[in-house]
Amino acid sequence: MAEKGTWTVKTGLAEMLKGGVIMDVTTPEQARIAEEAGACAVMALERVPADIRADGGVARMADPAIILKIMEAVTIPVMAKVRIGHFVEAQILQELGVDYIDESEVLTPADEQHHINKHGFGVPFVCGARDLGEALRRIAEGAAMIRTKGEPGTGNVVEAVRHIRLVTGEIRRLANMPEEELMSAAKKIGAPYDLVVKVASDGRLPVVNFAAGGIATPADAAMMMQLGCDGIFVGSGIFKSKNPAARAHAIVAATTYYNDPKILAEVSKDLGEAMPGLEIAAITPEQRMQDRGW
Amino acid sequence: MLIGVLAMQGAFREHQLMLSACGVDSRQVRKPEDLNGLDGLIIPGGESTTISKLLADYGLFEPLKLLGKEGMPVFGTCAGAILLAKEIEDSSFERLRLMDIRVKRNAFGRQLESFEEDLEMPVLTGGPFRAVFIRAPHITGTGPKVEALASYGGRVVCARQGSLLAAAFHPELTVDRRLHEYFLNISKCPK
Repeated sequence: MAEKGTWTVKTGLAEMLKGGVIMDVTTPEQARIAEEAGACAVMALERVPADIRADGGVARMADPAIILKIMEAVTIPVMAKVRIGHFVEAQILQELGVDYIDESEVLTPADEQHHINKHGFGVPFVCGARDLGEALRRIAEGAAMIRTKGEPGTGNVVEAVRHIRLVTGEIRRLANMPEEELMSAAKKIGAPYDLVVKVASDGRLPVVNFAAGGIATPADAAMMMQLGCDGIFVGSGIFKSKNPAARAHAIVAATTYYNDPKILAEVSKDLGEAMPGLEIAAITPEQRMQDRGW
Repeated sequence: MLIGVLAMQGAFREHQLMLSACGVDSRQVRKPEDLNGLDGLIIPGGESTTISKLLADYGLFEPLKLLGKEGMPVFGTCAGAILLAKEIEDSSFERLRLMDIRVKRNAFGRQLESFEEDLEMPVLTGGPFRAVFIRAPHITGTGPKVEALASYGGRVVCARQGSLLAAAFHPELTVDRRLHEYFLNISKCPK
């Protein structure tokens, strides 16, 4: 009997996305530009994070009609976002047949205490994390892929860098710990003990970990790859820039050739203006998306 | 023996781990010069459109086609099988066209239809092979020199043509080394 929705199948799709770039798109035309530029998947949504930030109000799952049109427009996997804890939005996305669900802090949370029980779904989930404890809590809830939260819609990579350095630093620390200290470490970071033991013995997360939240240039993408990310999400960075097709193409190349400064220099040329950036200190605490979820 | 693993995008790390478990050295291939001195090449799963564009942009199509025609063993899994194919249904992106097969992308449907299944593979001893299909293609047509090695529900999902091997599924996502070992045997004595 063929078994669907297994852990291997869910984490397996994330493995296939590695080394690639997943781009936020709001129309079928943008989805085709992304696919043409070499995106390994697209994230279908109504507004990119920079616009959500500018517009304010409650941000929700996109209109299913938009998501379906984007699914028809491209042959690569299509992801879509639900609000943190909004399991009915997730049921709807699963019904539409999207390939991955992002339970995302970019949207306004629907539940301040509980994330979705993602084991109950056949479709795989990706979730954001700022540190190892948060990543392992999401994995324990069933997330088959993790991404750094960064600070979405800012075009400022500093928070994404902070988050990946925290995650990799904590993993290195666990890997060097004697076994008897792992329980106390698990308690301290608020993560399930069995996952802490697994991370300590493997020296890496049990699922794929992408970078997200503030990546705006090929150099940003390559930096996140050199810091140990498995791939890149670009939200507002492409379609809020002057020349989306050229920038998308360059970020794809920079993600593959992240260790090759010669190619990075070449692809960084003549891209036109990047998206306007936001200084993190200029964002009030209530407007920080990364603090949504726990 | 040194096996190259095409590392433009996708699950190249898993193939390298599998090769290392088989006791074989591997090298990531991203540029034409990385192809020098290889005894075989694996093209991993990933997004075939993405990999195709990068192969075109960075000048790998011609050297890869040449090596394939000269008899270098090549093993393509999922997207890799698509890139090996002569024909792809409903898609026109550039590919290697080394193997006389026709493939259909996403043949089983979207991610919700991705599945695992035990396959009978007569060329492998030791019982059925646990195959992981992720938005997988299947082989809809084979030329006279192509041997079907496995099928699922009447659809061909693994095939060989001389030193070329194509699988619609992902042996690198399991711990079963037999299909990689089968490929390494082809690489030891190609043709």
